[in-house]
Amino acid sequence: MGKRTVIPFGPQHPVLPEPIHLDLAIEDERVVEAIPSLGFVHRGLELLVEKMDFQEMVFVAERICGICSFMHGLGCSLGIEEIMGIEVPERARYLRTIWSELSRIHSHLLWLGLAADAAGFESLFTHSWRVREKILDIAEETTGGRVIFGACKVGGTRRDIDGETLVRVLGRMKDIEADYRSIAAVFRDDYSMRHRFSGVGVMSREEARELGAVGPTARGSGIARDTRELGYAAYGGLDFEPVIEDAGDCYARCMVRVREVHQSFDLIRQAAAKIPGGPVEVKVKGFPEGEYFSRLEQPRGEVIYYIRGNGTKFLDRFRVRTPTFANIGPMVKMLAGCELADVPVIVLSIDPCISCAER
Amino acid sequence: MPLLPIVKMTKTVMKSLLGGSACKMYPARKPTFFGGTRGPVEIDPSKCVLCGLCAKKCPAGAIAVDREGKTWEIDRLKCIVCSLCADICPKKCLVLRNDYTPPVTGETKDVFRIEPVSKEGHQDQGKSKG
Repeated sequence: MGKRTVIPFGPQHPVLPEPIHLDLAIEDERVVEAIPSLGFVHRGLELLVEKMDFQEMVFVAERICGICSFMHGLGCSLGIEEIMGIEVPERARYLRTIWSELSRIHSHLLWLGLAADAAGFESLFTHSWRVREKILDIAEETTGGRVIFGACKVGGTRRDIDGETLVRVLGRMKDIEADYRSIAAVFRDDYSMRHRFSGVGVMSREEARELGAVGPTARGSGIARDTRELGYAAYGGLDFEPVIEDAGDCYARCMVRVREVHQSFDLIRQAAAKIPGGPVEVKVKGFPEGEYFSRLEQPRGEVIYYIRGNGTKFLDRFRVRTPTFANIGPMVKMLAGCELADVPVIVLSIDPCISCAER
Repeated sequence: MPLLPIVKMTKTVMKSLLGGSACKMYPARKPTFFGGTRGPVEIDPSKCVLCGLCAKKCPAGAIAVDREGKTWEIDRLKCIVCSLCADICPKKCLVLRNDYTPPVTGETKDVFRIEPVSKEGHQDQGKSKG
């Protein structure tokens, strides 16, 4: 056994787009313990509720994350709607579903690109992002924003997709899916991706359950848990099953995301086929009084919103438990016992979004 | 190693070799924007009645309306381009332009003089709020 050394990892590291610091206690080349520290990008967004109108808070919530922004806005809206007893029109529910799935596709494609980059497969990285760009174009065409959609509001949606645009978008999506299929095949079958990710950062099903892993991190360990099954927005009327893989290593988590993109394409098609006509918003009257936990599935896993209103236009408390926060525990567990060279891949495999975790 | 995986990536690589550019060739080719793209806020000073609703509702506090000085001011870097001001404007004098803002190196504030008759508007760039 070698001497124990502590190696700092982050907050600036090529594999991390965002700052998280890990103290890695290593013996020889093996990590014995990893101690994470956060707090580099804390912005105090949760405290803003005290001086911001609850309807404007949706805009702030959207800016918690730069990738799954739409779903943050949706989580905030869902909570406030539930407290105020607002019945959201059916069409708005379907639109929310379509935009949520668009977010998921672009988030997963972003991650797949980063994963390919971490494995040193640069051309696959650029191809993943090339496909992602087309998804962002669809988002911009339908909502007006590429990443921050700004399309969700309390009581419905701020925009509608007319029939002609929807047909055009679906047609384009068919080509994008064919394009994606060729990239997914490389992730699935290519030797270099498999070689880099297989057997790295293994987490068993029991460990994942015990440590409270969420999203693709949990599903990669064989836990069939997907918050979309609760049926928020229009998911109740759509047909899907959680994507699971059993191996519990980085490759399994990668495969969950690869397959979830296909699932999201399918969900958008289903939603577009079932979307009813009618209004997309209802008028909001009064102020929220009461509390609610809203839960929804983001690309990285389950997010929980706790919202408490006091009958004025300012909310009392606004708390977000983001998926990255829940996945830090499992990540620390995966890091213990791994090789030093595998640390970047393992950290990446939970799809960390540090800004989300710190708010 | 089986040959199949190599062929899989080769197909994609060949497509990009023969299929032309994947990028939008900016700035050689002029960018096109979608109809719904949200860009910088523009004001029609002849229609504005200085009601101040936009400044009150702006989630980022980017708009300042001075009723006495008759000016409407926007801090371009604070603006989050959410289009809430344009949605609630009772006179519909605010619109969102259909393109992206060019990069800037300093704080950018645009001040518009609101005078219902003359449409004079002057830009005051590079000043900080103080």
